Amino acid sequence: MTAFIIRRLLQAVMVLLVTSVIVFVGVYAIGDPLEILLPADATPAERAQVTRTLGLDQPLPVQYFGFLMRALQGDLGTSFVYNQPAVQVILQRLPATLELAFCALLLALMIGIPLGLLAGLRPGTRTEETVMTGSILGFSLPNFWQGMMLIMIFAVMLGWLPSTGRGRTGTVLGIETSLATMDGIRHLILPALNLALAKIALVIRLTRTGVQETMPLDFIKFARARGLSGRRIVSVHVMKNIMIPIITVLGIEFGSLIAFAVVTETIFAWPGIGKLIIDSINILDRPVVVAYILVIVAMFITINLIVDILYSVLDPRIRGKR
Amino acid sequence: MLDLRELQTHFFTPAGVVKAVDGVSLTVNRGEIVGLVGESGSGKSITGFSIIGLVDPPGRNVGGQILFNGEDLLGAPERRLRQLRGNRIAMIFQDPMMTLNPVLSIRTHMVETVLAHEKVGRAEALRRSVEALEMVGIPDAARRIESYPHEFSGGMRQRVAIAIALLHRPDLIIADEPTTALDVTIQAQILAQVQKLCRELGMGLIWISHDLGVVAGLADRVAVMYAGKIVEQGPVDEVLDHPRHPYTQGLVNSAPLANERGKPLRQIRGAAPPPLQRPQGCAFRTRCDHATDRCLQEPPESEGVHRWRCFHPRNMEGRA
Repeated sequence: MTAFIIRRLLQAVMVLLVTSVIVFVGVYAIGDPLEILLPADATPAERAQVTRTLGLDQPLPVQYFGFLMRALQGDLGTSFVYNQPAVQVILQRLPATLELAFCALLLALMIGIPLGLLAGLRPGTRTEETVMTGSILGFSLPNFWQGMMLIMIFAVMLGWLPSTGRGRTGTVLGIETSLATMDGIRHLILPALNLALAKIALVIRLTRTGVQETMPLDFIKFARARGLSGRRIVSVHVMKNIMIPIITVLGIEFGSLIAFAVVTETIFAWPGIGKLIIDSINILDRPVVVAYILVIVAMFITINLIVDILYSVLDPRIRGKR
Repeated sequence: MLDLRELQTHFFTPAGVVKAVDGVSLTVNRGEIVGLVGESGSGKSITGFSIIGLVDPPGRNVGGQILFNGEDLLGAPERRLRQLRGNRIAMIFQDPMMTLNPVLSIRTHMVETVLAHEKVGRAEALRRSVEALEMVGIPDAARRIESYPHEFSGGMRQRVAIAIALLHRPDLIIADEPTTALDVTIQAQILAQVQKLCRELGMGLIWISHDLGVVAGLADRVAVMYAGKIVEQGPVDEVLDHPRHPYTQGLVNSAPLANERGKPLRQIRGAAPPPLQRPQGCAFRTRCDHATDRCLQEPPESEGVHRWRCFHPRNMEGRA
């Protein structure tokens, strides 16, 4: 196991290195930040001076090499806009997004698995039809539209929940979170639900398919022949088998929840990194874009590693093969 | 102990009603081994599943009685059946690679089976599980019980399945082709073990198989199934040495023997009829060399210890 983790960490470094090249070159290609940073009436002298301070007068390989050297010391550049280290800008916003994504994931599991079980265990019934139709809606209706409908219904018409912002945050174990206050939780419900809807639909389908594939297997029939209760068969024998694909997919999806929380954050004015990256791309704040992508890649790698470790917890056949 | 009377299990498919089990009468006594023989689709496995109420829809028991220690299981509520399953009536399946849940340890399988029927502590349940594993000849059982199914060979897994079946010292074990997937040496070991355990523990055993050779060496009585009916049953030597039904005769004759090396094997001509197109009357008549117009009627079962369903029983000494 230790050797496996070390090997994976080395792979992770390679992936980060390759990503940094691609991103750096890509960002270099999309335009000149000076056009946006400088006022239209800037003199050539001012122009040359800003270009030098930002290091934009150097050839690309030199810029990249300098970036790499600084990155190894934990410095991913300074935001042109905020005039703060890019990493710091991102890390300030990251907890809000992580919190949102984590709650969405939890909702997806808590709502998706029971509904998926319900549909999977009653094939061909009205119950299954209803659940599956619901999941198709969750999949196919555009996310932003779902968000607006949530606001319309729960914030405007019923007035139960606030529609924008993060509300009051508190600190739990040194982390700033909305979950610490009632107001924060009320603010979190709608955006988290919005982000979760498509994932709930996904979990429902994964669970239902898993149940329907597992139920006809011999070991389920053998479990029944041993006199086990239906409850035990479903909660232990079926669940432990179908958790493997669910964990796989949600591992991948958790990354995308963070990376693509953009839409939800925009609709609900949630101060997370999704909104930050859109703004930074618009004004060509190169260091923030590069740092953002590297942070996201690092997060994907970490999540995948956790998923792989979870596999071996869930599936004894994988243990020891590493 | 077990008395099946005119058991009928039908499958209601969109294409029509499949009479998988169509009037099966069979008894099993304590300590007795009954071989239930037939080819694929003859209804022998469904008979086994019917006894413990594990026929899945669209299949349904539609008639007859399943008397188990005097209690009719056919109308019994699911709760009662669950009390009996794995406790008084245990089952062993065909493919040992598939009967154990791959993500649960052997210990989990065994302990949960003990706890499903008895209120004992986990330690006691574990002790009993290890004891059952030792009984079926698994060495170092206390350590091996922590293993997962994939760490065992097919033969060992089938021993585990047998050990699980033995946990509650059932009155009856239904074994559905339990050695078919194993190689011959392992098969022989398991057969010997099962036979010994049945005698020692006084359990009844229904051994479902398509292999007459295995049944000949193991069973006290044999019942031959064809197209959902028992066409012949009786003491194993009697039936195999003097088969009366042409189908049984065909089965006996088609088994390869060492002293007939080089001669072509004899087979039963034709193939078993598809379940929805069984011939009227005797279902075997289309493949039978002795069929007459009389066979358009359903032949009744004869009387006695050795019984058959045929209008033209063969009278023969051993092989034809």
